[in-house]
Amino acid sequence: MNREPVVQVEGLVKQFGEFVAVDHISFHVEKGEIFGFLGSNGAGKSTTIRVLCGLLAPTEGRALVGGLDVALYPERVRQGIGYMSQKFSLYNELSVQENIDFFAGIYSVPRSNRERRKQDVLERMGLISKRDVPTHLLAGGWKQRLALACAILHEPGIIFLDEPTSGVDPLARRDFWDLIYELSGEGRTVFVTTHYMDEAEYCHRLALMDEGRIVSLDSPERLKAGFAPDRFLQVDTPRLLSALDCLEAHPGFSEVSIFGSGLRLRVGDLVEGERVVRELLSNQGIEVHQIREVQPTMEDVFISQVEQSSGVRR
Amino acid sequence: MSFRRVRAIARKEFLHILRDRRSLMMALALPALLLILFGYALTLDVDRIPVLVVDHDGSLESRDLVSRFEGSRYFDLLGTVDSLEIVEESIDRGNCLAALVIDRDFASDLGRGRTASVQLILDGSDSNTASIALGYAEAIIARYSAEQMASRSNRIAGGVSAIPVEARARVWYNSELRSKNYIVPGLVAVILMIIAALLTSLTIAREWEMGTMEQLLSTPVRPAELVLGKMSAYFLLGAVDTITAILLGVVIFEVPLRGNLILLAVSCAVFLIGALCWGIFLSASVRSQLLAYQVGLLSSFLPAFLLSGFIFAIKNMPLPVQVATYLVPARYFITVLRGIFLKDVGLLIIGGELFLLFAFAAAVFAFATRKLKGKIA
Repeated sequence: MNREPVVQVEGLVKQFGEFVAVDHISFHVEKGEIFGFLGSNGAGKSTTIRVLCGLLAPTEGRALVGGLDVALYPERVRQGIGYMSQKFSLYNELSVQENIDFFAGIYSVPRSNRERRKQDVLERMGLISKRDVPTHLLAGGWKQRLALACAILHEPGIIFLDEPTSGVDPLARRDFWDLIYELSGEGRTVFVTTHYMDEAEYCHRLALMDEGRIVSLDSPERLKAGFAPDRFLQVDTPRLLSALDCLEAHPGFSEVSIFGSGLRLRVGDLVEGERVVRELLSNQGIEVHQIREVQPTMEDVFISQVEQSSGVRR
Repeated sequence: MSFRRVRAIARKEFLHILRDRRSLMMALALPALLLILFGYALTLDVDRIPVLVVDHDGSLESRDLVSRFEGSRYFDLLGTVDSLEIVEESIDRGNCLAALVIDRDFASDLGRGRTASVQLILDGSDSNTASIALGYAEAIIARYSAEQMASRSNRIAGGVSAIPVEARARVWYNSELRSKNYIVPGLVAVILMIIAALLTSLTIAREWEMGTMEQLLSTPVRPAELVLGKMSAYFLLGAVDTITAILLGVVIFEVPLRGNLILLAVSCAVFLIGALCWGIFLSASVRSQLLAYQVGLLSSFLPAFLLSGFIFAIKNMPLPVQVATYLVPARYFITVLRGIFLKDVGLLIIGGELFLLFAFAAAVFAFATRKLKGKIA
């Protein structure tokens, strides 16, 4: 991968009155990277994206997009980026095609190129058969595709997607991510925010955000590997709630939670952990079907990182 | 400024206008409706004033005087009655507005060279009509009196002498003094102001409410391009409304259109641009469609109606209000329209007003653009 940073953020702060939405964050994104922002609602993800798109002026710090300072050259920055906002924000009264034509005009796609670009995005998004459908009649997934189509019409080098898949069914989400990979494969940088843990794992690199700060930043694999040498155990038992109470009470176990039909917990050592669990549960007369090791999920990483960081702050 | 972006916005906005059939119908029908409604309802003409006569004299002379009233188009003689009670009742019922009471001694006083008096009773509850009726009645009586004087001196002196002074009035530009000729051009201005401000008052607020403004702001579009594009689309609609209003004024209300049509078109265009930009400015300021619509209605209708000299003469207003009228573009536009319609005046005479209309349009355009620029915080 090319090591050329296309987004550089240094000490970025965005305050709304007293409220600090983004609190001194610094990061950089490389060309062709799929860079994710994972965090709960209100963590500052959207605010950061909106600063990077020149929709909000930073209170402090610097943000370079495509080598240009957003605060100084917002108009030049905007020509080189595509932005898809959290809320669907195309024109419902217009047809698919009319929306695309409008954005082609707005982004000054040259006339000679316009039909080709239009055809290209329609094809790529699978919207050919829907080109004359009024936008308000499209289902959620198709609306997302149209929004993405309008955002990439002018072949931007950087694409900002603010929770692009919220409210879209899982199948459509998967398809949407295929499109994101395609864009990244063409050397475009994709900057995406999400609060779906599974989706976060599709990113090349991931920044975990909490209360305006980046609590952790790395590739999903490395973030998960960050737990080493700790491991995770899955305990299958018919009496979930009693087992949960019993294991949570033990000081040696952290992060015990119900996961599917069983319990998940973090242990320092696999063999020792399994022994203690069996002992504790049999003392309570709780039957255990099976205990096995499982891989940590992004959710495990996120919860543990956020707890750690807020613990440090306290 | 990119022409391509402006055109893209204008096209999109035009599609919005076409898709929203109900609003489109409203926008097209409203000027005609308002013009007809106000055109018929608002009349300042006082003629055919219903009048009763109480002729206690019944002489040749008194009948001569009554016949003068009968012959005037300003009075409508309802008939002759015997008593004042009937007059009183008729005035109370609103059947008549004035009564002419001629004394028993009218003819004999005249014959003896004494001042003969006639009484004129007027319904002052409609003070405007009453004072106009009084003026007309006094003129008739004064003329009658002058003729009597002349004929008497002829009799005595044996010569032929005429009435000493006679006014030969010649009314220019509106020879029949039809108030419609005065009202309709003003009405066109008021209606255009309302329609134009309402048309655009929703356009930016809707983008904020739908969230599309955020998307637009992330593109290279500039505020001036946005304002210009939106304005162009609504300008087409406003132009149709303008032509409708002017044609209706000429066809239905028979207002003479004497002036230069190109000058008329230019003036209307400049005024329309200013009014449309005003709507856009409001829309960008309040960000809510409902509020923008209400503010748009009030801020266009009230000043254009009250402070423009449309009906109420600016000269008669208190000084601070007079000063305020200088900020009302309709004031200049009404002067321009009346000048072009009735007087066929040229650029030399209305150039000043036209310039101020232009300045208003430019200023509001700048305000609207600034307002949009300021939205990126």
